[in-house]
Amino acid sequence: MIGEDDVRYVAKLARLRLEQDEVARMTGELAKILAHIDKMSELDMAGVPPTAHVLDVVNVTRPDKPQPSLSRSDALRNAPAVDDACFRVPRMS
Amino acid sequence: MTAWEPVIGLEMHVELDTRTKMFCACEVTKGDAPNTHTCPRCLAHPGALPVVNQRAVEYAARIALALNCSVRPRNIFHRKNYFYPDLPKAYQISQYDEPLAVEGWFEYWVGDEKLRCRINRVHMEEDAAKLIHAGGDAGRIAGSDYSMVDFNRGGTPLIEIVSEPDIPSPEAARELLQQLRNLVIELGVSECNMEEGQIRWDANVSVRPKGSTELGTRTELKNMNSFRYLQQALDAEIPRQVEVLEAGGTIDLETLHFDPDTGTTTPLRSKEEAHDYRYFPEPDLVPLVIDPAWVEELRRAQPELPAARVERFTAQYGLSRADALVLGSAHALAAFYEEVVALGAGAKPAANWTMGEYLAHLNAAGLEAGHGHVTAERLAKLVKLVEDGTVSTSSGKDVFAKMIAERAEPEDIVDKYGLGQISDTSELAAIVAAIVAANPAQVEQYRGGKQQVIGFFVGQVMKASGGRANPQLVNELLRKALGT
Repeated sequence: MIGEDDVRYVAKLARLRLEQDEVARMTGELAKILAHIDKMSELDMAGVPPTAHVLDVVNVTRPDKPQPSLSRSDALRNAPAVDDACFRVPRMS
Repeated sequence: MTAWEPVIGLEMHVELDTRTKMFCACEVTKGDAPNTHTCPRCLAHPGALPVVNQRAVEYAARIALALNCSVRPRNIFHRKNYFYPDLPKAYQISQYDEPLAVEGWFEYWVGDEKLRCRINRVHMEEDAAKLIHAGGDAGRIAGSDYSMVDFNRGGTPLIEIVSEPDIPSPEAARELLQQLRNLVIELGVSECNMEEGQIRWDANVSVRPKGSTELGTRTELKNMNSFRYLQQALDAEIPRQVEVLEAGGTIDLETLHFDPDTGTTTPLRSKEEAHDYRYFPEPDLVPLVIDPAWVEELRRAQPELPAARVERFTAQYGLSRADALVLGSAHALAAFYEEVVALGAGAKPAANWTMGEYLAHLNAAGLEAGHGHVTAERLAKLVKLVEDGTVSTSSGKDVFAKMIAERAEPEDIVDKYGLGQISDTSELAAIVAAIVAANPAQVEQYRGGKQQVIGFFVGQVMKASGGRANPQLVNELLRKALGT
């Protein structure tokens, strides 16, 4: 059973800031989703391999051949901060 | 007093020398201007989808085979979730419980002892971008004002090799890494350039009472890329753990930083919940199904690996195991030596010259084998000149030094400096007579039965001849002159 502490922990991992009323609401909503998953667990899945992907496709690869990259100015165009040739980010704590 | 033994495991990362990145077609480069090899995929623009580089899978499989792993018939990619500015998607595409290959082993030499380390797994992932810390102390996180990100490296194919905790000493850990690096270089899948960080590793270490089979709590030494520091860090960490345990304390599972300046290990500030990566299958990539016939094809096409080459060097060239290890362990030096032999130099003298003068030259000049200032052709000529008696061994060393200084052929050096061996009896007899006449005291000693004084005379004659006298002839002439 999921509790408010679990929700706060997951929110922190995902860098989400939740107000107390949001924590309460999320706990209720997530509990419902998990209950639904538990429902499926009642089915007998012995002998059914886990599905990692819904498509019935395997081995999509490409040859090791370079294609043109973005220009640097295009690459940096959407960056909130730029320092010379690089993306600039706040100092790591 | 309990005797303790360390248990060491390694996790190694190798950047592959493919032309393009793991999941996009940007070129993998070294030293290019920052952020000139990026695209919407490796910058993680919304909606851009990864596609697996076929060559990277091949290279990874070849590493796995060389480590005697089973390549798994089906494998999938997972997302490893964490936030850091060098990882634009906020997850790394990696492999988790269905990796490329598992359950192998690697044999390596520590002195005369052959050890085996089990390999837990070999998997594929992508490298992070490069962070440059600005302000504060140059390049350090501590004290920096902000950081800059260069995404050229981001997305480079990266192989992770995880060993079992089978390594019995810091020295063995260093040897294993060096020999494993040679193996990867041999395969031609990565140059494993240390300065570029193309190969780097984490070590985990614990101690336990000698003879125990249980593992103690381990600590981790992260992201090292110097063999020397690895050994120093382990040499510092193992006694620290023993000291804590003998004082009745416990070891915390933690990540440590080794400071080469103080020679001590200190805990890294632990990133809170940093180890909860919430792995889940990467929905943007379909499974890889590996054809066993393709794996067999790769296995057949593998080059001769260093371990096999060392064995062959002992059998084919009659070298001692120690010499075969020096000459046969690394691709470039082995190729150089074999070329010298193929050009007609005797296997044993060629080995001695390659390990002696040639290696000393490489070390002094800081050059890689094959890139020294003496080519295999010239060394082979010199070895043959010594073998046929044209120059003495000691003059040969002189010729070698002059070949480097003048970038010239050995026979031209011999002519230019008159370094040919003196095998002319009358010329040598005159020198011998002069030396004998000049040292009456030693002559008396010798005649009085002190046979070893002959060494003194040989030395004097060699010196007088500028190292060019034929030593055998000198011996003969001396014994005659001294009347025995």
